[in-house]
Amino acid sequence: MEKLNAEELGCKANEIRLDAMVMGKQAGGGHLGGGLSSMDIMTALYFNVMNIDPAKPDMPDRDRFILSAGHKAVGYVPVLAEAGFFSKDLLSTFNKLDSPFGMHPDMHKIPGCEASTGSLGHGLPIGVGMALALRMDKNPARIFVLLGDGETHEGTVWEAAMGAAQHKLDNLTAIIDYNKCSMDGPIDEVVSLEPINDKWASFGWNVIRVDGHNMSELLDAFAKAAGQKGPTVIIADTLKAKGMPFAEGDYLWHYGCPSDEQIEETRIYLEEK
Amino acid sequence: MPGLNMADIEKMSARDAFGSALVAAGEKNPNLVLLGADAIGSTRAAAFADRFPERTFNFGIAEQEMVSAAAGFALCGKVPIATAYGFLISLRACEQVRDDICYQNLNVKLMSTHAGLSMAAGGTTHHSTEDVAIMRSFANMTIVAPSDALETVKAVQAVIDYNGPVYLRMGRGSLESVYSSEFVFEVGKSIQLRDGGDVTLIAYGIMVAEALKAAESLALEGIEARVINMHTIKPLDEAAVLKAANDTGCIVTAEEHNIIGGLGEAVAGCTSAAVPVPVLRVGINDIFCGIGPEDGLRAKLGLTAADITAAAKKAVALKR
Ligand SMILES: Cc1ncc(C[n+]2csc(CCOP(=O)(O)OP(=O)(O)O)c2C)c(N)n1
Repeated sequence: MEKLNAEELGCKANEIRLDAMVMGKQAGGGHLGGGLSSMDIMTALYFNVMNIDPAKPDMPDRDRFILSAGHKAVGYVPVLAEAGFFSKDLLSTFNKLDSPFGMHPDMHKIPGCEASTGSLGHGLPIGVGMALALRMDKNPARIFVLLGDGETHEGTVWEAAMGAAQHKLDNLTAIIDYNKCSMDGPIDEVVSLEPINDKWASFGWNVIRVDGHNMSELLDAFAKAAGQKGPTVIIADTLKAKGMPFAEGDYLWHYGCPSDEQIEETRIYLEEK
Repeated sequence: MPGLNMADIEKMSARDAFGSALVAAGEKNPNLVLLGADAIGSTRAAAFADRFPERTFNFGIAEQEMVSAAAGFALCGKVPIATAYGFLISLRACEQVRDDICYQNLNVKLMSTHAGLSMAAGGTTHHSTEDVAIMRSFANMTIVAPSDALETVKAVQAVIDYNGPVYLRMGRGSLESVYSSEFVFEVGKSIQLRDGGDVTLIAYGIMVAEALKAAESLALEGIEARVINMHTIKPLDEAAVLKAANDTGCIVTAEEHNIIGGLGEAVAGCTSAAVPVPVLRVGINDIFCGIGPEDGLRAKLGLTAADITAAAKKAVALKR
């Protein structure tokens, strides 16, 4: 796939934000808070970083992306459509009976989707398994796992964190969408992750901290991760619901349904950027 | 129920009824503590959290820790109510439930919301359609599943008053009212909602309303159905099941759950040992259910009044 530069990526991400909002609206609601906070990360991966070919979703040496925080599907599904894995016309079926897409992604129904997720805390251990298997086969593919910050409350995340370091998984990169919110509230009021950098470093991971809405920083981080020994975590500071001016940073937009006026307001806001 | 108005309850969703009942129970018992896993808002346990913040503990997205911690609370004299979606308690924290709650036989109340397919477009990862099978297989466990908002309120209080591990299974949205008048709710004692001599329909949760509708349409065809709300799935009200087998000669069970391991198997297990009669099971036929709105999914999977009606006719034919 043709690689977009940082500026183009920023525009692309904002276009897809609107697709996600329209899709969420048609479905009567969606996890837009987390879907949009991760949008720049996913756009950077699919339109620059990853070695993928939407025409050949089974290509053996393709890089793998696992949406461990499966509820972000409302953001992820339009990224896959925009990348060309399937027609954008299908987006209007989101959440409908027999649609390939619902709130959480199903790998058997969505071209380009590598793992069915939805219950939090499964993606990183699946990524560990993939990283071990691909390394056995001397396959050069990289594995990217996107986690919610709240998701890292789950014990399985830390089991995988230990395992990945133990096995020195150079080919595994985790990205934490650190939007500082989970479902019930600001994460520091629910269960804090701090000191987050030190935690991951002490588990044997390379830690890169970035602004998760700055494409240049994201691209640099992914490039740097490629050359590291052992697993790398990119901790991306983000805003929940990034891009919706009336909702940015608001945990109450974890799940919601925008009005037509709010979609229009967002369109104008993003065009001005 | 103190502080709760019956007319208001009838209009509530199952989750909201749950929240109100928790607050009422909290007023009565200062040892009641609420445990949540970053879903205190969406399970509607928030009503309790607002009223009793010092007795509310949010573990974040760590359901296993929450369930084991509930055991710790119980071991130190508290009455913990651990809340989460059904699949998270029964699947994610499965071993914690077995070892820490059931094996140690502790007075912990596991209160789950979003039962069955009520998470609809959430898809398979968010459907709770195996929980009854799992919980039934744990010794010491009691399983209660109310069928409407009013029964939810009574069930919450009843399981708190009951000593021992309980799994309470509640839905998400609004439920049709099943009860038109006052009734007594007792753990382990089923409630007959309609009498009939040709077939017995036994259901719990959202399927009780469907069974009542099925009974009405069967009546139009001259088939009189008894309808039993088996709100306690374990321990099963065997007396009511055997009486139904004797009186009506055939049974249809209905549940929003995999037919493997659910109420249907419990009923069949009970009758086959004492009064062997045809038992037909309406439920999810051992498949993952996919995505869609609740009604559409239920129709597709065969979980409607019409499906119960069809099964009842088959059951009646089998006994002849
Ligand atoms: C194991 C598990 N527990 C609970 C849930 C319900 N749930 C869905 S999203 C969410 C909050 C996720 O927060 P975070 O990981 O920070 O995601 P984001 O804020 O980026 O949306 C919760 C609790 C779930 N899907 N899986």
